[in-house]
Amino acid sequence: MLALLEVVDVNYSSGSRHILEDVSLRAEAGEITCVVGVNGTGKSTLAAMIMGLNGYKPSSGRIFFKGKDITNLSVTERARRGMTLAWQSPAEFEGITVREYLSLGKKDPSELLRRVGLDPKKYIDRQVDSRLSGGERKRIELASVMSVEPSLAILDEPDSGIDMASINVITSVIKDLRESGAGVLLITHSEAMAKSADKVVLMCRGRVLREGSVDDVVQFFSGNCVECDHVGKIDERLLNGRS
Amino acid sequence: MEDLERMKEAYSTAGGNESALEDPKVGSIVIDHNRVLSKREVPGLRIEHQETTDGVNVRVTVSEVLKKPVHLCFGMLPQEGRQVIESEFIIKDGAKAEFISHCIFPNAQKIEHLMNSKVIVGKNSGMTYKEEHYHSSKGNVITKPFLRGRILEGGSLFEEFKLVNGMVGELDIDYEVDQEAGSVCDLTTKVYGRDNDRIEIREALHLNGERASGTANSRIFLRDSANASVLGEVEGNAAHARGHVDCQEILYGSNAKASSTPMISVSHPLAKVTHEAAIGRVDKKELETLLARGLSEDQAVNMIVRGLLR
Repeated sequence: MLALLEVVDVNYSSGSRHILEDVSLRAEAGEITCVVGVNGTGKSTLAAMIMGLNGYKPSSGRIFFKGKDITNLSVTERARRGMTLAWQSPAEFEGITVREYLSLGKKDPSELLRRVGLDPKKYIDRQVDSRLSGGERKRIELASVMSVEPSLAILDEPDSGIDMASINVITSVIKDLRESGAGVLLITHSEAMAKSADKVVLMCRGRVLREGSVDDVVQFFSGNCVECDHVGKIDERLLNGRS
Repeated sequence: MEDLERMKEAYSTAGGNESALEDPKVGSIVIDHNRVLSKREVPGLRIEHQETTDGVNVRVTVSEVLKKPVHLCFGMLPQEGRQVIESEFIIKDGAKAEFISHCIFPNAQKIEHLMNSKVIVGKNSGMTYKEEHYHSSKGNVITKPFLRGRILEGGSLFEEFKLVNGMVGELDIDYEVDQEAGSVCDLTTKVYGRDNDRIEIREALHLNGERASGTANSRIFLRDSANASVLGEVEGNAAHARGHVDCQEILYGSNAKASSTPMISVSHPLAKVTHEAAIGRVDKKELETLLARGLSEDQAVNMIVRGLLR
């Protein structure tokens, strides 16, 4: 069956440092695929590369979306094919209102705000700037993702730096995206977030260490990676355990 | 169509509130080149004018607190020409007024617009002047706003100049305000330069009275081969005077050029004047976020700039 997203043997280096090494993964429509790993394992680089951000281009390997090779497409072209991304630390837009920011798609901005638990009366005319709290900004970012009705939403650490109430809303919205038929690529280092996924890919030092069911990979992650000391080299015995 | 109707239509297209020009309770004046097409005075507002060969001399006197903004519409409908507006604004002691001014050159091919203003803000009085320019997208307009102002004790002046729609052409702003004790002044300029636009801005404040305060702000966005030079001058000459120069210029593309020169000075030991200036690029994360929502690079840059220059 054709995957929504297919990353095939992607490598990426910065100078002499290998950031991504032979990374392959698939994400399907109507599923939450979680990429989990401790900080600094290349998860955000992978997310940026899939979206085509920041000039990231694989030194080798290909990225396919809906069966088409998008490796050389611009960010805009990828977005117009149905892919979007929410950053770990969303951008601030001086002078741009929440209404304008959420009007990039066809959905009603007020309805989007209500969906992420924010009162439109209080937020619709506010600016998307530093006066919003981290939790408010994350919710608005998620609303912005929903506004363009993506086929694939790449969410980079959607739970970082926010309160528990915001986490519950974000988890619920991610599930809604799945229910609507979208694929979700969820980047996180949180076991709790990973548990909301349909399948999990574990990354370690730029490589896919393991992938499979939530129970299997999350258990492996919590048992082996949270206090990971594989600085500089992956234990090859762990790599062999990739299922 | 009558010229007045054409100006009103252009005014409305430029974002002006056309109904305000017809409201009997709202003061207004509409000028096309050297002709006053309409004028309305309201209690507390006197507008005197004299048409000249290439423009109009206008004296505006405010003698009480005006509840509604006064609408001013200056412009030229022809493609070519020269317009000189010699204006004088006198806000009498205790009076207050807000002016919304639109300068419209919708068909400009080669137009020179000179606005020489003298402003006197009386004791404990206030004036807000918001000036927005709308130029054609291709023509060459030379715009020279020149202002000399004086704010008496306890008075306030808030002036904002905005040119973000259409080609700037050549813009040469020269504003200078003397401030007496306890007065407040904010000068703000927002300009979007593109192609070969040339922008020169000088904003100067002399804080001569005790506890006078003022800021000279500029927000400039430049793309293509546009070029801008900003000079912000603030002098603190009295006890507890507080002044600030704030200049931000953002470049997009490799040929745009910007310079910023804050000139601050203090001649009283209890005065304080500060400055900040930044010249940078369009924020990459803002740009890429909008690209990831499907906007083209041009659409994304325009949205970011619209926010910055709002």
